[in-house]
Amino acid sequence: MAIPFYVAPDQMVQDKAEYARKGIAKGKSIVAMESGMGITLVAENPSASLNKISEIYDRIAFAGVGKYSEFENLRKAGIRYADLKGYAYSREDVFSKSLANAYSEVIGNIFTREIKPLEVEILVVEVGETPEENQMYRILFDGSISDHHGYVVIGGQADKISQFLRDRFHDDLRLAEAIKLGKEALEAGQGGPIRENTLEVAVLDRARPGRKFRRFSALDLRELLAKASLGS
Amino acid sequence: MELNLTRHASSFYDFIRVEHDYLLPRFQVPGEIVTSSFAQPPHGTTILALKCLEGVIIAADRQATEGYQVASRHIEKVYKADEYSAIAIAGAAGPCIEMVKLFQVELEHYEKLEGEVLALEGKANKLAQMVRQNLPAAFQGLIVIPIFAGYDLRKNEGRIFKYDVTGGRYEESDYYSTGSGGKDARNTLKKLFRPGMTREQAVRLALEALLDASEEDVATGGPDPVRGIYPSVKIVAQTGTHDLPEDEIRQICELLLSERRR
Repeated sequence: MAIPFYVAPDQMVQDKAEYARKGIAKGKSIVAMESGMGITLVAENPSASLNKISEIYDRIAFAGVGKYSEFENLRKAGIRYADLKGYAYSREDVFSKSLANAYSEVIGNIFTREIKPLEVEILVVEVGETPEENQMYRILFDGSISDHHGYVVIGGQADKISQFLRDRFHDDLRLAEAIKLGKEALEAGQGGPIRENTLEVAVLDRARPGRKFRRFSALDLRELLAKASLGS
Repeated sequence: MELNLTRHASSFYDFIRVEHDYLLPRFQVPGEIVTSSFAQPPHGTTILALKCLEGVIIAADRQATEGYQVASRHIEKVYKADEYSAIAIAGAAGPCIEMVKLFQVELEHYEKLEGEVLALEGKANKLAQMVRQNLPAAFQGLIVIPIFAGYDLRKNEGRIFKYDVTGGRYEESDYYSTGSGGKDARNTLKKLFRPGMTREQAVRLALEALLDASEEDVATGGPDPVRGIYPSVKIVAQTGTHDLPEDEIRQICELLLSERRR
C-alpha cells in the first residue's frame, strides 16, 4: 500500500487559501451599501443573464463572486434553506443571521475536508424595519464570517474599493447617489471606467411590501445614473 | 436546520418530498376508509371566478361548516398565489389551506431559483399535480377543489382554470363556480354574464351570485351586516393581483340586499 506523503496541516491550509484567493482575485468585485431606503448592491457583470446578485427571501439578498457554478449552487441552497424555514415555521422566522452561519459552516467544512476549496466569497444582507436592524455578512472561502455596517465589499479588489469608500461613503445616500458611488468605487477598484450596461444593481427596499428585493433594468439604471450626475 | 448543498430541480414540492417528507401535506389514512360521520373537518363552500375587461374577478363566501354546524364565519378562501394569479379553494379546509400555502411557496421558489416566472399554463399544471396528489385523501372525504385564475402576460388576457378531484384541469372561457353552493352561483352567472363586462359590473355579478348561493345553499354564508362580514373578492389583472377594498364590497352587498327588501 502506498503511504501518502505527509503534508503539515498549516502548509495544507496555506496552499488551499492561496489557491482560493487566486481564483477569487480574477472575479470582479461587488459592493453593498446601506442607504436611507434600505441596502443597495452594485456589481460589475458583463452577463445580463448569469446574475451575481439575487433574492433569497423577503428581506434577504445574496451576492457572490468567484466561480459562478460554485456560488450559484450556494445561492440555490440558500433559497431552499430560507423557503423551507419559512414554510415549516413562518415568514417572520427567516433571518439572515442563521443563513449566514449556515453558509459559514458549509463553506468552512468544504475548505477543511475537500481537496479543492470553494473559490467564492459571498455576501448575505438583510434589510431591517429600521436602519439599525440592517445586517450585512461577508463570508470568505474558508468559511470565516464577519458582519459589517455602512458598506461591505467582496471580490479581488475588495481592499482597494473599501479604501475608496472610506472617505466617500455616508449613510444618508439616496438611491441614485448610492448606485453612482458604487459604480465609481468599482471603477477605482479596477482602475478604469465601467460601462453602464455591464452593471448589475439591485436593492432591498424597506418601503416595499412583502418581498423587498428589486433588480434594476438597464433602462432604470441609465435614468438613475443620469439623475445622480445632475444632482452632483 | 442545515444548509443542504445537494442539487435539486426548481420545485419546492419535490425538494421537501425528497428531503423533508414529514412536511408534505398528506391526509389519507392507510387502510380503512374514513366515513363521513367520523370527525367531519370544517369545509369551505362556494367559490367562483369570472372574466372582465381588466382580467379575472375571483371571489368566495366566508363560511366554513362542520356538518350542520358553522365552523367559522370569516374563513378566507381566496388567496393571492403570486403577483399575477390567485386561487380559491372549496372542500376540506385544512388540506385546502395547506395546498394553497405549498402552492404559493412553489411558485415563489421556482421564480427565485430560475430567475423567471412560470408561465400561467405552467402554474395551472403544477396545481393540477398537487390536486392529484390529494386523490387518496379525497376518496376518504378530504376533497380539495380549487379554482385558479391568472393574468397571462404572454397572451394579455385573464384566464380561469377549474379542477376535478383527480387533478383534471380544464380551462373555462367565461366563468366558473364550484363548492356546495357552486351550482346556484353558476345559475346566476349563466344568466347575467356578458363578455366584456367592466370590473364594476363583474364584481357586482360575483357578489350577486354569492348572495343567491347563500340563499339556496345552507352551507354558504351570506353577507353579514351585523358582524360586518362580507365575501372576499380579488381581481387579477395586468397590474397584478389585488384585494377589492372592503368598503366597496360592503356597499355593493348592501345595495343587493336592499333591492331584495320588501
